[in-house]
Amino acid sequence: MSHVLNALFAPGFFANGPVRAAVVVGAVVALVTGAVGVFTVIRSQAFAGHALGEVGSAGGSLAFLSGTNPLWGYMGIAVVAAGLMEVLGVHRPRARDVATGLVLGAGLGFAALFLYLDTTSSTSTGVTVTILFGSLFTISQPMLPGIVALSAIVLVVIASCYRILLLSSLSPELAAVRGVPVRAVAIAYLVIMAVAVSLAAETIGTILATALLVGPPATALRLTKRPGGAMVVAGLFGVAAVWIGIVLAYDSFYWPPVDHGWPVSFFVVAMVFVFYLGAGVVAAVGRARRNRRVGMFPAMGESGCEPHVDADAA
Amino acid sequence: MTDPRPSTGVDDAILSVDGVSVWLAGREVLHDVRFDVRPGEFTGLIGPNGAGKTTLFRVILGLQPAGSGSVLVGGRPLNRRSPIIGYVPQKVFLDPDMPLRARDVVGLGLDGHRLGIPLRWGGRREAVDRMLAAVDATHIADARVGNLSGGEQQRVLIAHALISRPRLLLLDEPLANLDIRAEAEVVALLARIAREQRIAVLISAHDVNPLLPVMDRLVYVAAGKTASGTTGEVIRAEVLSALYGQHVDVLHVHGRILVVSGAEGASGITVEETGGAPAAADVVAPR
Repeated sequence: MSHVLNALFAPGFFANGPVRAAVVVGAVVALVTGAVGVFTVIRSQAFAGHALGEVGSAGGSLAFLSGTNPLWGYMGIAVVAAGLMEVLGVHRPRARDVATGLVLGAGLGFAALFLYLDTTSSTSTGVTVTILFGSLFTISQPMLPGIVALSAIVLVVIASCYRILLLSSLSPELAAVRGVPVRAVAIAYLVIMAVAVSLAAETIGTILATALLVGPPATALRLTKRPGGAMVVAGLFGVAAVWIGIVLAYDSFYWPPVDHGWPVSFFVVAMVFVFYLGAGVVAAVGRARRNRRVGMFPAMGESGCEPHVDADAA
Repeated sequence: MTDPRPSTGVDDAILSVDGVSVWLAGREVLHDVRFDVRPGEFTGLIGPNGAGKTTLFRVILGLQPAGSGSVLVGGRPLNRRSPIIGYVPQKVFLDPDMPLRARDVVGLGLDGHRLGIPLRWGGRREAVDRMLAAVDATHIADARVGNLSGGEQQRVLIAHALISRPRLLLLDEPLANLDIRAEAEVVALLARIAREQRIAVLISAHDVNPLLPVMDRLVYVAAGKTASGTTGEVIRAEVLSALYGQHVDVLHVHGRILVVSGAEGASGITVEETGGAPAAADVVAPR
């Protein structure tokens, strides 16, 4: 038994302080991004989510300059960016990609400046890599309560707006008819997504943050047809990806090049992608089995719906 | 209550549109629209694409302000929070990836505007089941909506609109994109609902023919103007010619109605399905 454990978990894994912090933060953040990300996927806002994560680079590097924790930088900039995207017209279908792209470009411009200043002002060249690609093992322990509290707030907001978000994602018109302030809900969701993706940036970096926001929810949506269930399943897949990533990264210390562990973010994102592909296979097998049982033509279950054509532009 | 008349009386209009005009981007798209809808009545809102049918619905629903005129719902100005109107919009894109079963969509019609997560309060599931049964959708209750056929999706959306027990049901082009059989099924379902539950149904369509067997009255929209009455009163050459501002004929062929425009010059006659703009097409597809 101990041989197996030793093979899976390299010596010292469970006694290591940074590892334990990484395990806790990674799990909490994965649960949050799983819940928030289900709506990102069904509202087709993956690009906006990605932009909110990446502009965090500017905030993170600015925070490094001023000596505060990068998380506050990620979040501050992401919330400002969410507001800017709204002002520039992210709520109009035709303008949303342009508004998102403009804010993303501007944010990355500032990131280029601040990261340059970071590297010239200190001897550390690792800061750029840490901000862009994350470093789960360097999370400072005093940040733990803040991260957990923020995560709890996001989960409470998502739970209390659950039905309203579902209805306005299903059809903004149907929601408006029922008196839902659709645009306010959209802005609130953008801000919640900014916070969630900032938490993800804290764990796997600003560039990779969308992987946690979109990957596990997309995986879950392949496997479950209930929205609430999808959020739980997405959270569990996210936790699994982060934990397996942490174990592999810790083990990789003994892999070539010896004494240099591989980046934990690489393993996390790789697991996210493997899960997504695996869920596709599972879903396809399940469909084939159901169709055989019902005796239907294999394609019926998936493409039984009629094409939606814009018949009336009025 | 200072109003001496009971607003729920049998003969009172559930919807009263009076002299409504709407301007969009400086253009008057609806001019002096007036008609009433009474409980249990099946009314068609007929007109070509772009005539302003969706705009009129948005005015009735309070999503678009009217430039002038008034809309009374149940005898009062619209209160958007009162579920007196059920609505089935034209464009609801139900993606197969959407993690919603038919019963989830219907349930959102009950409490989708509320804060919090749906708790299993007494009767919610039963109410959803009853509604699904009422639209013959029990067998698809647990299927993903995105995987359903167009006709099935339409029935689920009708259940979504009806579960809050409205007294007026608005449907925007619910027959667009349906095959002939699904079209007939949806029309029969709506007629049954109007009759049995005494819900007023106002349904927009660009073709009058599928609605002929069930329609009590119709409102014809063309060029921003409307005419209302029974089919026999409205679908007449004089009335429609006045609406379109050019001469049109009305032909009855094998129980179907065709609106025919006398083309300018000697090039002959162009025919269009009822509701199509005259001279816009020259062939009628057989149905």
